Amino acid sequence: MLTYALKRLLGAIPTLFVIIAITFVMIRMAPGGPFDKERRVSPQVEANLNAAYHLDEPLLAQFGRYLGGLLRGDFGPSFQYKDFTVTELILGGFPTSLMIGGIAMAIALVLGIGLGMLAALRQNSAVDYAAMGFTMLGIAVPNFVVAPLLTLVFGLTLRWLPVGGWGAGAFSPAHMVLPILALALPQLAAIARLTRGSMIEVLGSNYVRTARAKGLPERITLTRHAIKATLPPLVSYLGPATAGIITGSIIVEQIFGIPGIGRYFVQAALNRDYTLVMGVTIFYGALIILLNLVADLLYGVLDPKVRYD
Amino acid sequence: MTVGRTWLRPLALGLAALLLSATAVPAEMVLHRGNGTEPETLDPHKSTGVTENAIENDLFEGLVTFSADGRNIPGVATSWDISDDGKVYTFHLRPDAKWSNGDALTAEDFVYSFRRAVDPKTASDYAPILAPIVNAEAAIGGEADPTTLGVKAVDPETLEITLNASTPYFIGLLSHNIAFPVHKATVEKFGDQWTRPGNMVSNGAFTMADWVPQSQVTVVKNPLFHDAANVKLDKIVFYPTEDLQEELKRYRAGELDITYDVPSEQVKWLEENMASEFHNTPYLGTYYYVINLTKAPLGDQASLRRALSLALDREIMTEKITQAGEIPAYSWVPPNIEGYQQQFLDFKEMSKEERLAEAAKLLAEAGYGPQNPLKVELLYNTSENHKKIAVAAAAMWKPLGIDLALTNQEWKVYLDTRDNKNFQIARAAWIGDFADPINFLDMFLSNAGERNDAGYSNPKYDELLKQAAVTAEPAARMTLLEEAEKLFLADNALIPIYHYTTQHMLSPKLAGWEFNILDVHLGRYMSIAS
Repeated sequence: MLTYALKRLLGAIPTLFVIIAITFVMIRMAPGGPFDKERRVSPQVEANLNAAYHLDEPLLAQFGRYLGGLLRGDFGPSFQYKDFTVTELILGGFPTSLMIGGIAMAIALVLGIGLGMLAALRQNSAVDYAAMGFTMLGIAVPNFVVAPLLTLVFGLTLRWLPVGGWGAGAFSPAHMVLPILALALPQLAAIARLTRGSMIEVLGSNYVRTARAKGLPERITLTRHAIKATLPPLVSYLGPATAGIITGSIIVEQIFGIPGIGRYFVQAALNRDYTLVMGVTIFYGALIILLNLVADLLYGVLDPKVRYD
Repeated sequence: MTVGRTWLRPLALGLAALLLSATAVPAEMVLHRGNGTEPETLDPHKSTGVTENAIENDLFEGLVTFSADGRNIPGVATSWDISDDGKVYTFHLRPDAKWSNGDALTAEDFVYSFRRAVDPKTASDYAPILAPIVNAEAAIGGEADPTTLGVKAVDPETLEITLNASTPYFIGLLSHNIAFPVHKATVEKFGDQWTRPGNMVSNGAFTMADWVPQSQVTVVKNPLFHDAANVKLDKIVFYPTEDLQEELKRYRAGELDITYDVPSEQVKWLEENMASEFHNTPYLGTYYYVINLTKAPLGDQASLRRALSLALDREIMTEKITQAGEIPAYSWVPPNIEGYQQQFLDFKEMSKEERLAEAAKLLAEAGYGPQNPLKVELLYNTSENHKKIAVAAAAMWKPLGIDLALTNQEWKVYLDTRDNKNFQIARAAWIGDFADPINFLDMFLSNAGERNDAGYSNPKYDELLKQAAVTAEPAARMTLLEEAEKLFLADNALIPIYHYTTQHMLSPKLAGWEFNILDVHLGRYMSIAS
């Protein structure tokens, strides 16, 4: 398994290189540049800015310079947030995104799997319909509707929790509750539906029927046989979903005023902040590769049919 | 449900800690200010935006600063003498001027700072604001060494600035952040990181305490500030508030004392329900449609441009479409600039019917009408607000036989298209950097480059501005500028639509906030009642 993991990680290097090359070319092909503003700068100032950020060099030279920086772990300065480097912005925001995203995912997992199983076991009952109705709502109602609703109800009307902010940079649980809820809801719904579908399939399979026919108590049948077989489809969903949720969400971050990195994915591209676009793309790409590997390894644990060779 | 329980505990602890801290600490006066977006930089020589400026005005003080009502008053300089030809300014600095680390602030610091601002290595967007100073433009362009700049320290408390020509609005430029002093030793030691908490040394009423990107910037009172005795706030926290709906909720929940803006769709509701806290005042800006004069038929037929402008109902635009208290615009230069007589399009006093009749006549003369419509294209950057205005304009023009095609582009693409003059009509806006008409008028000099979106070129206009630049007597200078604007309006190179207003929610506990068209509000004048 270790050789397999190492092989996969080595194989990721060309993948990342392709991602870097494509992103580098694509963002520069977009019309407009990082220093275009409503107030147009004079040609001299534009030349000064381009020189300061090495944008006056040929594209290939810039690419070489960028790759050289990457090898030294330097993602370059942000063009938009001039007082910070891209590394600082990503490392500064990621713990926040990781924390609320991680907690949201954990909650979504526990409650989602529970709800999905409950619905599968009581298939076509009122419980099932209620659970599936709820999850349908969770998937269909977008974050930008849920989040303002949460702040309106719990922040402004009931005054139980702060509307937004991050509590002076210190650890402030009260500020985390609503954003976590907003992030967890759609995931919970997706996980519940996946679990239900998978579980129903497993419950109808031959070996579960055999276990039941042999007179195994229902509890043992479920915990020992059914649950484990229910998980694989969920695991393949969780890889990319976890990468997505722990890298933050621009909507949730802007609405609650959270200093995460989700906003950079959108803003950097809109601002033509070339280095920041590159930074978050590489970061996200690496994370996806890593989490997909973890998911594949977990597969082996859950499914004896999977072999790594 | 163990999950719920482990959750509640830190929550309860956090709430308890919050309550404790609120009662235990002696009342500290803290202002919570919504500030729009995350500052791009807090280096006053590199920043360009309103949000950065709001924070920098509290951290730094130039030779000249702002009073509570936005007038220019002595800052680090207590007084200044101007030579008879208006070219040499001698500033007398406060003997007690200090940096926040205790160093004396001297004329040499300003020499260093001005040179840094124009140095191409600093790559400052706003350096051209300093263009009136001898050799500033050459230094920005890399043709002269920054040490040749016309700024000289006569002695530690005397600074001499030499200008290319008499520039009556020069004092106003010195309150801009590009003219703020920066601490040489700090900048040289920390490079790009000198603005960080712990590194930054500044000279304003407040100093940098904490900066969490995308969360908040906290500044605390500077005991070494020359007027510290009159500064009441202990701390100001600036929050990026990109979502205006949420900013308003945070304000209503008591988390903010000042909002950066209000959502325009809520203005009516606020006027009805929170009128005493909602403040809507004129701002130094104009929203307009610029016409590309290098493209036919609008470019070469002034009568068509006039017809478009005549038929655009600005009152309906502001009352029914934008609805946020904007002022219908018949001028390019916004109102309320001291000493400047506002100029208007000549049809301002005409009735709606007369305007439409004239517009129809002008179109007919050029061969256009409902049967043979004039086809024009409007470019705007993608946004609901711009779209609403564009759709309304199309509806107003349609009955006269003007077919308006709408094109929207993402912001940077739109800027690129505009710079390349690939448009017929484009939506645009301009907010003044300082309260002088020249900041609006010089955009349309024939040699203004990309800033002149219209491609406007009128030798008489250029001549008037050139004359104004060498006229020292303020009233005579303003008269020349007024004449220039009148000429410009008559050429219909743009269609002014409305003048901006600024909108803030202000807590009833807040004191010391005074309205001004620049919308500058320094923390040193403000206080919050407990």
